Amino acid sequence: MTQVNRLKQGGRIDRSRPLKFVFNGQQYAGYGGDTLASALLANGVDIVNRSFKYSRPRGIVAAGAEEPNAVVQLGATEAAQVPNVRATQQALYQGLTARSTNGWPNVQRDLMGMVGKLSGTFMPPGFYYKTFMAPASLWMTYEKYIRKSAGLGRSPAEPDPDSYEHINQHCDVLIIGAGPAGLTAAVTAARNGARVIFCDEQEEMGGSLLDSRELIDDMPAAQWVDRILDELSSLSNVTLLPRTTANGYHDHNFVTLHERRTEHLGDSAPTGGRRQARARLHRVRASQVVLAAGAHERPLVYANNDVPGNLLAGAVSTYIRRYGVMPGQKLVLSVTNDHAYRTALDWQEAGCEVVAIADARANPKGELVEKAQSLGIRIIAQSAVIEAKGSNRVSAACVAKIDADSFSVVGRVEELACDTIASSGGYSPVIHLSSHTGTRPLWRDDILGFVPGEVKGLTATGGVRGVYPLHEVIRDAADAGVRATLAAGVKTHAEATTLPQVAARQDGEACALYQVPHRKPSMRAPKQFVDLQNDVTAAGIELATREGFESIEHIKRYTAMGFGTDQGKLGNINGMAIAARCLKRTIPEVGTTVFRPNYTPVTFGAIAGRHCRDLFDPERYTALHQWHVEQGAEFEDVGQWKRPWYFPRTVNGKKETMHEAVSRECLAVREHIGILDASTLGKIDIQGPDAREFLGRVYTNKWAKLDVGRVRYGLMCKDDGMLMDDGTTSCLGENHFLMTTTTGGAAGVMEWMELWHQTEWPELDVYFTSVTDHWATMTVTGPDARKLLAEITDIDLDKDQFKFMDWREGTVAGVPARVFRISFTGELSYEINVQANYAMHVWKTLFEHGEKYELTPYGTETMHVLRAEKGLIIVGQDTDGSVTPEDLGMQWAIGYDKPFTWIGKRALSRPDTRRADRKQFVGLKPKDAKVVLEEGAQIVLDPNQSIPMAMVGHVTSSYYSPTLGHGFALAVVKGGHQRMGETVYLPMVDGTVYEAEIVSPVFVDPKGERQHV
Amino acid sequence: MSDVKEFDTRPAGNPSAESPLAWTFHRQGVLPRDANAGVRLREKSFLGHLILRGGAIILDEAVREVLGMALPARPNTLTLDESGERSIQWLSPDEWLVIVPGGEEFALESRLRKAMGQAHYSIINVSGGQTVFTLQGEKAREVLMKSTLYDVHTQAFPVGKGVSTVFAKSTVVLRRPNEDSWELVVRRSFADYCYRWLLDAAAEYGAIVER
Amino acid sequence: MFHIYCPYCEEHREEEEFHPKGQAHIQRPVDPEACSDEAWGDYLFFRDNPRGIHHELWVHAVGCRKFFNITRHTVSYEILETYKMGEKPSITAADLSEKDKQAGVQAASGGWQTVGARPESEALNKEARA
Repeated sequence: MTQVNRLKQGGRIDRSRPLKFVFNGQQYAGYGGDTLASALLANGVDIVNRSFKYSRPRGIVAAGAEEPNAVVQLGATEAAQVPNVRATQQALYQGLTARSTNGWPNVQRDLMGMVGKLSGTFMPPGFYYKTFMAPASLWMTYEKYIRKSAGLGRSPAEPDPDSYEHINQHCDVLIIGAGPAGLTAAVTAARNGARVIFCDEQEEMGGSLLDSRELIDDMPAAQWVDRILDELSSLSNVTLLPRTTANGYHDHNFVTLHERRTEHLGDSAPTGGRRQARARLHRVRASQVVLAAGAHERPLVYANNDVPGNLLAGAVSTYIRRYGVMPGQKLVLSVTNDHAYRTALDWQEAGCEVVAIADARANPKGELVEKAQSLGIRIIAQSAVIEAKGSNRVSAACVAKIDADSFSVVGRVEELACDTIASSGGYSPVIHLSSHTGTRPLWRDDILGFVPGEVKGLTATGGVRGVYPLHEVIRDAADAGVRATLAAGVKTHAEATTLPQVAARQDGEACALYQVPHRKPSMRAPKQFVDLQNDVTAAGIELATREGFESIEHIKRYTAMGFGTDQGKLGNINGMAIAARCLKRTIPEVGTTVFRPNYTPVTFGAIAGRHCRDLFDPERYTALHQWHVEQGAEFEDVGQWKRPWYFPRTVNGKKETMHEAVSRECLAVREHIGILDASTLGKIDIQGPDAREFLGRVYTNKWAKLDVGRVRYGLMCKDDGMLMDDGTTSCLGENHFLMTTTTGGAAGVMEWMELWHQTEWPELDVYFTSVTDHWATMTVTGPDARKLLAEITDIDLDKDQFKFMDWREGTVAGVPARVFRISFTGELSYEINVQANYAMHVWKTLFEHGEKYELTPYGTETMHVLRAEKGLIIVGQDTDGSVTPEDLGMQWAIGYDKPFTWIGKRALSRPDTRRADRKQFVGLKPKDAKVVLEEGAQIVLDPNQSIPMAMVGHVTSSYYSPTLGHGFALAVVKGGHQRMGETVYLPMVDGTVYEAEIVSPVFVDPKGERQHV
Repeated sequence: MSDVKEFDTRPAGNPSAESPLAWTFHRQGVLPRDANAGVRLREKSFLGHLILRGGAIILDEAVREVLGMALPARPNTLTLDESGERSIQWLSPDEWLVIVPGGEEFALESRLRKAMGQAHYSIINVSGGQTVFTLQGEKAREVLMKSTLYDVHTQAFPVGKGVSTVFAKSTVVLRRPNEDSWELVVRRSFADYCYRWLLDAAAEYGAIVER
Repeated sequence: MFHIYCPYCEEHREEEEFHPKGQAHIQRPVDPEACSDEAWGDYLFFRDNPRGIHHELWVHAVGCRKFFNITRHTVSYEILETYKMGEKPSITAADLSEKDKQAGVQAASGGWQTVGARPESEALNKEARA
């Protein structure tokens, strides 16, 4: 198809680089330098989407981030699908494939359009809430159809082939926006030697200067842009980031920038050569931010202002001057200000007809007005376009004299044939980013817009603070550049700030007009759209105020104005003005809604960065990891650690199930010998004359008399008396201890001890240092443990010399080792600690000697079964932050008579911790030996009571015991210690009710004889 | 201080030792050797690592006497001996990291303990628990920018600086011992993750890994 | 993402290096056994929630591992000062301007939180019960 609307010459496009693209299945042509939007306009594509709620045909309105309609789905293949792309921001590339996100079955013929035709009487604001609220169960049914017809794009169903990354940046001055203000501020800061990051969301830097009619330093503005950019790119202290949107402005000048690195080249990053990221998220910590985001032109709100062919005045100029595209042939312009007159001049210069300019002001005057008059363009004063005619494209504009004060049409309505209506109701500073910080914007009557509120470290300049004439913008921005540089602590010198010369232009004063009055009241006039993306009309806002919504935040939620990816870029001020008129208040009284990140959508890929797939989270390995992998271990995640879960063997060509492997591993430990990699346990080296005193304060039990060479199990509580961690601590020297913590609790316990030492007891002389990674720990356990270890150690293992809860040092397999005789299985056990670099040597030596004893490696599952058989708790599994040592029946580990009130003690005498009906730790023996209860199952005393039943506890651990030959469980039950022998019930989801007897939690070797042999 | 158990964890014989990246290198098989690599990565394994804790003044006296080096008193700084093989880094107002050639650490610990006398301090051997990565090449700084929050610009991170900071979702001690290299002191269990992260971040520049 | 000056490292660091640990200057009663249940519950569970100036305990978890205090404005999130353990804040309720007070800006007191636990109130409660 030919590019019917492409001008013969002009624009910044590269006519030597023709490109083909596909939109809604149809192939079109465009040029390098086009956006998808400019290329669609060049090809005369009027309808680019259907509206969200009413399914009305929609065309392109704007030329930048504020575009509400041309939101498309990008991607030629399933894996490359990207939703929510603004056609105005997407550079054209060879083979680009895009679809409208709305419209079913297609945008030209849309079934839901019928709903729109039948009009808003059926779907006023709150329609969904009111209609589909009851019965709630039916919402699921409605939703399917509503979603299908509405649609907001879709995510790809296949994995993304691209990679993304984050990069951390720091700078003195971050400048956001590369229009005249940004360029001036950037060059000022850069020449003064500040570390500068300069970003702009568009394909090309230059902003409004790229389609400006003005001269800077006697050259066309666009040429001046090139000169400044050349200078900036030659400076080593400047990072230039085009195609980079500042999408979020967070605390203390932390700004996220979304840089699209290859999205202008194709669906995916180019392949071949080295891998490059498709997008980068820059995490910028800026000493100072200069916000030069400019202003969005504000459309006027008139009847049928959504029919394709209604555009923003500035967008029309951009398409003509920057892209060489004529959006139509006959233009009617409806304005409130002088600046918008340039669109008429651009239009006429391009050789097309300007039918008329409707100017809301009674007596327009100014340089541009005079220029238009001198060209013979008809100007109709004190008037506006009150209604557009046409369905799929504008066919005429109804222009009438209006009285804004009385909000009425005061004259005859003239219908002017045209195909394009461009409007300008003034300019809204782009305050989104500053609003992200939580600061409230300030309304200024003189510029009829909100400007950024005060943010520490932020300097706003140019359009974003309501400075519009170019010569004033440049002066303002140079000043902003100097101030930001100084505030960043960088010295400035005067010669760095030379102002470029720009002629001052005399503009007439603008007038305030938001919604244009119609002959009919808003509720009965054709729809006057405020928020095109969310289909919010002036009538909808009026209705909201009539229904009692007074706060703009409530009106927003009732009507959906400014929601979602649009964030109210075009509609918010008009919406607030309408609400203010209805409520008879001023705009600042109505207030503004809070804009939130992100300014424009950011892909999930960019948000995830490199934190995905095998780099999603750290995987921590022990020094023995390779051995486990080579033995075919299945792994379990414990915190960030990868721990062997169990070691399935292949027997007769068949791999063991987990149940089979765990049973075998359990019996091996109970009957012969097993070995566990326990390196993940937290280990803290504690040194100092007050180490013992400190232990006595953080542990519930006594430490005053633990001798060198001995080990003790300790419980650690928070000061509310609830158990937080447990482990053994060994006395290495009179002033030297080695503490072990749970695998998951290591970092927390370390910080906990530092907290108490640093904030409450700094007078205690003690130091803590983590040695978790330094030591590898191997637990050899089972009746044959002594025999095996004796073969490779010089330590005397005699049972009277090296008793249970002793530790000794010596060598194991020739490596210096500390061996701890502690047991988490109930069997004779030795925990061998060696420096991690030598762990593999020791481990392999143990296996060389262990073969004859059938040394069996076991994993965390077997460890769990074995400890549960002994009634040993796992903090975090059998406890949940609401369990005291007494609840666990561990009074033996509580030193009530210690002189210092240790952490947790006082709370144990509070009424709540003394209640008789606290949940207490018990064992459960299912009546049916085959049953293994579900962990988390609720326990009741009477299974026949009505629902909701009174729940008296729950199962915390449950396994099958190969040693006992039946299932068993650990649980917490209200008053459980007094309920031994009672029967309780566990009703399951499927209706089954299990019966179990409350028993002691120690199922195997209750006297503890086996570990003492 | 007396009443602390000194313990040399390095064996006298020569049993095979495995560095924290042993499994990583084994799994990878062939190590990256890109032409025109922007980044060179090397593991400096089996060094002696000691953590010193105590008062700055007495520790300073002790290390001057034993190592002939001053204790860095300024936060986030690093001092090296002339050979560049021995270093002391500030970690906290009462904590320093000493790295020496492998095998020197136990003798050093004993001599420091003698020099410290009855003062309150602690010395902990953590040689098995951490390793050192050296990162060089013209793109090393950019790879670090993708990995750590800390400002690695030359102005903010001159030679002789060292900090403990966030690295991806892990933590490292990051330091700049000389003009053309960065060192990352990495915890053993995180070494594989940090290594994979660095190579992934360096993919666009090309990398060489040296053992 | 806060930018926090660590008074021990003597430079600003990113928030990711820190852990917040709640309200600052909550002192553990010297003699817990002498505390009433109310007073102990107050120490354990009750904290200020000012709209304005707050004193918070943080730890430079990934850096020097030192605990320190921050005076932070809970509306603007501005960090007004950081100071070492054992030091007193220089910005407190006394620094609130009349304008601030009229605007409802509050300051953390770090003192007794619940009415029942306040020593003077305890006497009142006893009177009321009698």
